[in-house]
Amino acid sequence: MNKFTRREVLAIGTTAFATVATVALSSSPFALAEAKKTPKSLLESFTGGKQVNEGKITLEMPEIAENGNTVPLSFKVESPMTKDDYVKRVIIISEGNPRPDVATFNFSPLSGEAAASSRMRLAKTQNIIAVAELSDGTFHMTKTEVKVTIGGCGG
Amino acid sequence: MANTKPRIKAPKSAKQGEIITIKTLISHVMETGLRKDKKTGELIPRQIINKFTAKFDGAEVFSVNLDAAISANPYFQFTMKAEKSGEFEFIWQDDNGETYSKKSPLTVS
Amino acid sequence: MNFSAFNGRLATLYTTCAILISAGIVSLVSAPLFDHAKADDNLPADITTIKVKPSTADSPFKDLYSGWYFRAKETQNLQKDDFENPGFLWVEKGQELWSKVDGKAGKSCASCHQDAQKTMKGVGAQMPKWDEKAKRPLTLEQRINTCRQENMQADEWKWESDPMLSMTTFIRLQSRGMPVNIQSDGPMEAWVEKGKKLYYTRVGQLDLSCANCHENNYGKYIRADHLSQGHSNGFPTYRLKWQKLGSLHRRFKGCMTNIRATAYKRGSDEFVALEIYLAHRGKGLQVESPSVRN
Repeated sequence: MNKFTRREVLAIGTTAFATVATVALSSSPFALAEAKKTPKSLLESFTGGKQVNEGKITLEMPEIAENGNTVPLSFKVESPMTKDDYVKRVIIISEGNPRPDVATFNFSPLSGEAAASSRMRLAKTQNIIAVAELSDGTFHMTKTEVKVTIGGCGG
Repeated sequence: MANTKPRIKAPKSAKQGEIITIKTLISHVMETGLRKDKKTGELIPRQIINKFTAKFDGAEVFSVNLDAAISANPYFQFTMKAEKSGEFEFIWQDDNGETYSKKSPLTVS
Repeated sequence: MNFSAFNGRLATLYTTCAILISAGIVSLVSAPLFDHAKADDNLPADITTIKVKPSTADSPFKDLYSGWYFRAKETQNLQKDDFENPGFLWVEKGQELWSKVDGKAGKSCASCHQDAQKTMKGVGAQMPKWDEKAKRPLTLEQRINTCRQENMQADEWKWESDPMLSMTTFIRLQSRGMPVNIQSDGPMEAWVEKGKKLYYTRVGQLDLSCANCHENNYGKYIRADHLSQGHSNGFPTYRLKWQKLGSLHRRFKGCMTNIRATAYKRGSDEFVALEIYLAHRGKGLQVESPSVRN
């Protein structure tokens, strides 16, 4: 994906501001390193700055999550999954959690399909991004918004 | 973690070339490292399963690098193309250095 | 704004909320319930229905709905298949503990009760049950601890401990699909009455009783949650909020804290009575333990 929507620009702006604020307040080098990680920087370190195309990968998550602690997630990448043409890795990135890292799934031609399911935590309503790295060195992404509701009965 | 228990659901037999589905679950709190102890106000150190690996006859089929955003009691569903008979090995690595593993045979006809 | 003025405003806000909630003016928004025909295609493992006619004369409900009915599809799906259901991690532990020798008498549960699949079938559906020796009703937790102390000479398990939750869930599972059927006459009658009184008593700063939410407003939204009818057939339950399995008494405590009341203790006579009353009014609903709720 090459363009950012207005919402993303706003999100990145806020994250950048928070980063500056955290760095300014903290003297610990550990906190400094942690604070630097953003959805954007995580994506860049995954792709090595290469172009990312839309499509080829689908991500299935509920539109509204009843509880942010356990939100089902499934993805699938179109691929023949042969020795010469397969999906190497899929990274899941959160735009709204305290840390953007969710998980990286590593596939092999033995996998048969480049598909997996898991369950994740969402701190609030946000976009979840899935990016696949193919054996030919190309990257493909998709994203989906999940609304997280605040339960009535926290007990 | 004393009480960590893996569960797996993998077929015991398959036809050659068949794509089989495997499900795994392990009991683990997946402590994020972001929560504070309510009494002391101190951060509770992160303790998660940070890596899951599925091997078949020693070769890695599928693996996951996990971060703290994976839910407690991590669940994975994935596939493998059944080529030959052999043995699955599933391995979970904990932040505390422990590993948990479980094996399961597969007969391919 | 100075601090005391802020505090004052906060207090006013709380009071306003409390008045509005108790008057049913805000927060409880009517929402259509799910399509029941569709829900039936998706029933949890071993369960044939989540809707039954009440069997008690004083029931306030036309139909009894299991808490399952009020949950989102994704939460329901977690309970549909026993492998997907994280509650089964505790079931497996319970199964191991069943035949594990513990205590000075050198016994395990299996030493006396043999195969749980046969001997424990239906037991969980009848708890809490009158105990002639103790001259009081015992919950499943209390019954297990009585056995551990008297017959196994082993230490008691704490109410919300992992082994206790594992054992209660394992035993309740042996009754899955069977209707809740506790004795509510004879010596149990006084306990049902005590529980009923607690159920209808308004408590806490928000001045709410169980009935205000679970009887008068079930199916409606409280903030973003559908209120259930507050039945106990799915407990112990794997609750997404807890990210683990929990007891009915833990849920009671949570409810009471939410309405800013001082909660009773797990295993207290008050909670035992409330558990008995809930089982009594929920008779006929199928045991779903371990259920999955949000």
